[in-house]
Amino acid sequence: MPLVRLRAPLSELAGGRRELELDGATVRDVLRALEREHPALEGWILDERTTIREHINVFVNGEKSREETALGVGDRIHVIPSISGG
Amino acid sequence: MTELLVGTKKGLFALQGDDGAFEITARAFAGEPVEFALRDPRSGRYFASVTSAFYGPKIFVTDDPAGEWQQAEGLALPEGSEKALERIWTVVPGEEDGLLYLGGAPGVLFESRDGGLAWELNESFWNQPTRPEWSPGAGGMCMHSIATWPGDPSRLALAISAVGVWLSDDGGRTWRNGNTGLYPRYMPEEKREDTLDLCVHNMHRHPMRPERLFMQFHGGVYRSDDAGESWVSIAEGLPSDFGFPLVVDPDDPDSAYVIPLVADMDRTTPDGRVRVYETRDAGSSWIERGDGLPQEDAYLTILRQAFAREGSGESMGLYFGATSGDVFGSRDAGATWFSAATKLPPVHSVRVA
Repeated sequence: MPLVRLRAPLSELAGGRRELELDGATVRDVLRALEREHPALEGWILDERTTIREHINVFVNGEKSREETALGVGDRIHVIPSISGG
Repeated sequence: MTELLVGTKKGLFALQGDDGAFEITARAFAGEPVEFALRDPRSGRYFASVTSAFYGPKIFVTDDPAGEWQQAEGLALPEGSEKALERIWTVVPGEEDGLLYLGGAPGVLFESRDGGLAWELNESFWNQPTRPEWSPGAGGMCMHSIATWPGDPSRLALAISAVGVWLSDDGGRTWRNGNTGLYPRYMPEEKREDTLDLCVHNMHRHPMRPERLFMQFHGGVYRSDDAGESWVSIAEGLPSDFGFPLVVDPDDPDSAYVIPLVADMDRTTPDGRVRVYETRDAGSSWIERGDGLPQEDAYLTILRQAFAREGSGESMGLYFGATSGDVFGSRDAGATWFSAATKLPPVHSVRVA
């Protein structure tokens, strides 16, 4: 199964877990599975359109990816806030 | 002792004090933008609107601002919408036990009937037929003002930048516009009499005479004496008719306070002087109130939620914050002022707890 890696504060909302194995064929599938497993994360990465929030980056095996990116067994998914702000 | 809740660009500050420098007693959501915070006097519960640049808008609640905060539920637009909830601008106690309203962008109204832990979108307002024609103001399509009618939960008035005034007489099931008399100078002349692009900056109902409302517009200050159906200009006598916040004295239905800024292209206090303007005759005349406020080289911006009141009458407390990080207070209804805080992050909102 794909492996999802989270940083604070997302990891805190996932019960302190920084790595989770979750099933799914696409990035969207896996992030929705993450929300089902940890409902406190609902709305934090995906908005109500199931779109990745504008200032969140999702990398699959180091490549910036979108909701539709296909996943395979053993893929590593990093969810990281953008380097932005003021 | 007064407790202020100051929402800033970098977190929520709780301040306590009397008539001098206030003490910071709590800071929450460090580093995050807190758009608005208030304490519901009925329950004692505190609310904070936090809009992380990364994780989207949330409402958090607590009984102790220095303690743990809990995320409220239900604040999302329907799945499949073209838009997502962008920002939460205000939370207002309703006229029934446990009832609260929440206004946000893009022009959305939510209701809670359990004291603010769970929220539901007002579908009737969300599905307004004219919504595809609505335009946002510079700060987004923000519903910033929700005016309840004391003792009557069926009557509501909303104001949105830039979609004007909306009225309901059935608790929010149906809505109509209340824009007669508003005059948007920023629109082409041929559109000024017939447009929904009406940029209301703030609107307050007077609790003693609920059919009376006061409004700060994007270029205009207005009064309504027919519950928001129509509006008359009361801007004559002010140094500028542009500004954001507005406060009324609940003991005097002829009272209102505004803080003029130069204009939409220069949103700073006129002439480098910080002055509050007070009317006690429903807008026929205005009194300058600047004693104790900076009167030289002070070019401040005071945002729409950053002006608050405590009590009423001659001893009414008034408090406002600026994007400079200054907070000022008065304990004599604006006659004299003092500095309550300096060097905070840019102030988004001020409310008395």
